[in-house]
Amino acid sequence: MRPIEVHRHEVVIVGAGLAGLFAGLHTSREFDTAVVSKVYPIRSHSGAAQGGCAASLGNMMEDRWEWHMYDTVRGSDYLGDQDAQEILCREAPLVIYECEHLGVPFSRTPEGKISQRPFGGHFSEFGKGPQKRACHAADRTGHVQLHTLYETCVKQDVRFYSEFFTLQLIFTDNGACRGIVAWDLRRGGLHVFHAKAVLLATGGYARAWKVTSNSHANTGDGLSLVLRAGLPLEDMEFVQFHPTGLYPSGILVTEGARGEGGYLLNDKGERFMERYAPQKMELAPRDVVSRSIQTEIDEGRGIGGKNLVHLDVRHLGEAKIMEALPQIHELALKFTGVDCMKEPIPILPTAHYSMGGIPTDTETHVLRNSAGEIVEGLFAAGECACVSTHGANRLGTNSTLECCVFGRRAGISMLKYLREDPCLPDLPQDAAEPARQRLQGLLEAKGSESAAGIREILQSTMTEKMGIFRREETMKECLSTVKELQERYKKVGLQDRGLVFNTELMEAIELGSMLDFVEPIVVGAIARKESRGAHFRKDYPRRDDQNWLKHTLAWKEGDSIRLDYKPVVITRFQPEERKY
Amino acid sequence: MIRTFRIFRFDPEKDKEPRYREYQVECPKGSTVLDALNEIKWRQDGTLSYRRSCRHGICGSCAMTINGKNNLACESQVETLKGVIWVEPLRSFPIIKDLIVDMEPFYERLKAVKPYFIAGTPPTDKERLQSPEKRKLLDGSYECILCGCCTSSCPSYWADKDFLGPAALLKAYRFVFDSRDEGTQERLVILDNKHGLWRCHTIFNCAEACPKGLNPTWAIGKLKQKVIREKF
Repeated sequence: MRPIEVHRHEVVIVGAGLAGLFAGLHTSREFDTAVVSKVYPIRSHSGAAQGGCAASLGNMMEDRWEWHMYDTVRGSDYLGDQDAQEILCREAPLVIYECEHLGVPFSRTPEGKISQRPFGGHFSEFGKGPQKRACHAADRTGHVQLHTLYETCVKQDVRFYSEFFTLQLIFTDNGACRGIVAWDLRRGGLHVFHAKAVLLATGGYARAWKVTSNSHANTGDGLSLVLRAGLPLEDMEFVQFHPTGLYPSGILVTEGARGEGGYLLNDKGERFMERYAPQKMELAPRDVVSRSIQTEIDEGRGIGGKNLVHLDVRHLGEAKIMEALPQIHELALKFTGVDCMKEPIPILPTAHYSMGGIPTDTETHVLRNSAGEIVEGLFAAGECACVSTHGANRLGTNSTLECCVFGRRAGISMLKYLREDPCLPDLPQDAAEPARQRLQGLLEAKGSESAAGIREILQSTMTEKMGIFRREETMKECLSTVKELQERYKKVGLQDRGLVFNTELMEAIELGSMLDFVEPIVVGAIARKESRGAHFRKDYPRRDDQNWLKHTLAWKEGDSIRLDYKPVVITRFQPEERKY
Repeated sequence: MIRTFRIFRFDPEKDKEPRYREYQVECPKGSTVLDALNEIKWRQDGTLSYRRSCRHGICGSCAMTINGKNNLACESQVETLKGVIWVEPLRSFPIIKDLIVDMEPFYERLKAVKPYFIAGTPPTDKERLQSPEKRKLLDGSYECILCGCCTSSCPSYWADKDFLGPAALLKAYRFVFDSRDEGTQERLVILDNKHGLWRCHTIFNCAEACPKGLNPTWAIGKLKQKVIREKF
């Protein structure tokens, strides 16, 4: 192995999706900023976001941030922290305008304003009528935001280390984070990045499921870094299943398709949402729609009795489809051979989004415990973080929004911190030792287990046993499978022992990340004896505010997970029953 | 159905020369070339190296040459490909390992055209206005995923490695024809030379190669017209 190279930057950002780039945009105005990403920035999964980014601009009809907040609070099944949710909705117009000023090519209204469209869970006047709140660029909103932010970072001379895989966080003796260790995938070799502030913006982790909308890269590496550093993760049991993934792969079909007027149909041709959400129908929040679809399938009303239903957009007409949903037309045609102008699209719910993650305060400081003590020098934003704006269930178009709002806040928060000129002590000699050992171990491992084989079992187990509907017994089976796979992982062996672009090594490290963070998901879900948002238990089908209106915190301690809880921040809206 | 894949292999740490290796892969209906590569990597040969991420044609990672044509592996349906399926790295980019090429020269060309929004002070608390008609001028360029299929397929780029190439020029179009952007003059200076617009000989390989159905040759034509109009 090459000698370890050491770099020094004032800010190091891990991850180059919307949150990481938004932060880098702000810090690079004053401080030397580096972005370390395991993929080239524009390959990040933010680019796959389709439908839109919510903000109460009121360009198409009257809207107010308070209405947006009410929808977000109710959508979160009251588990979101309302201080964070208020910030999300209040600052939404600001970040959308900032995106526009940076050049994002949004679709436009006839008057030339940013075009907005309806989306599930977003309403006017505190949950009453329909609302057009999703700012969009056709159905390629994440793509245009990601490219624009990257381009602006290039303009501002942000230093990018692309195709560098982060393996470890570096802390000082008094617990402040002062850097990372990363593996240069292309050349092979460890790099230490010494920094005053580190931001984790590593994205989501739905690759732990077999049927998923997520990129291969979404393996939750940032969460594993935090767990391994002895820090907690929050609300990991809340994982969103998007109602409309293409059958059978789970590739995303935007909720914008229903926002524009698409119907969901079962084998009998019924718009079955009438039974589950008679008022809001297909535009009820995602957890509600996914459960409805799964119920239809489980009760034998899937198309041809199989594991799918239909999404029908034919009645929107060719012009509307090509203007508002061109990518959906392309995806359905390329991946299922269905021309959505002539036939309905076969869909099934797909693992999509992680509401939980690295606990932070509203200034994006990573939290150490339920008392809210911060980890100095360490920040987190975007899907890997849990601030918590989404609580038990995220509304569509609130994720790219969260990346922008809290990515921006992370940038500003780090600016404030750096202006205080925190000290940067010399690195200990052996700062990179844990990463080096882990890597060396994998490169020399002669075990008989294949990472791909273990991953396949993990993914199908999570889809079968940690899906939309959960039960104590199956979750316990899931936990014992996870434990067994963690043991098998210790005996993993690689065929590729090279240093240059060893993607087999990368996949093995990613599997290690997944085996780390799935355990708190399962343990947290078994412990939470209620149903709330995306966490639905057949054995405890009701929400239980008396006992469970609280956030889960989970630490990895030895071979087990320790849980603790902290209260939910409630400011404006008291919990009430959720009906759509 | 079992299909034969003949795949370009090169390990810079072991091989002096590249070679081809054949694999037999069970490909159920609906399989893509990326599915087949994954099948090989995960069950037959862990050393096979390629980039991939989103697997639905938006991240642009898995561009490669499949039966002689550039495409995204994730969007290439196996059943549309005849005979033995040849999989090779993108042409004209330096090869790092197997199907992974060095994209840096490609990204560097892109940076040369100032691929970012250049504009004066925006309104303080609102968006800039842009009519739907003016916004429509960006259709066919803003969708580019920078996969490299076009530039790699361009004979002019093969002959002139200083040529900006179709992807960078399409990016330039995206800003020059954005009614909000004010950087047209400085960009046109960069484009108006023998390694810029004028190296394009309207061959249309780029348009044929683009997995997103975009037409860089057409956009280059529009930029050429713009340069001429501004000059005379």
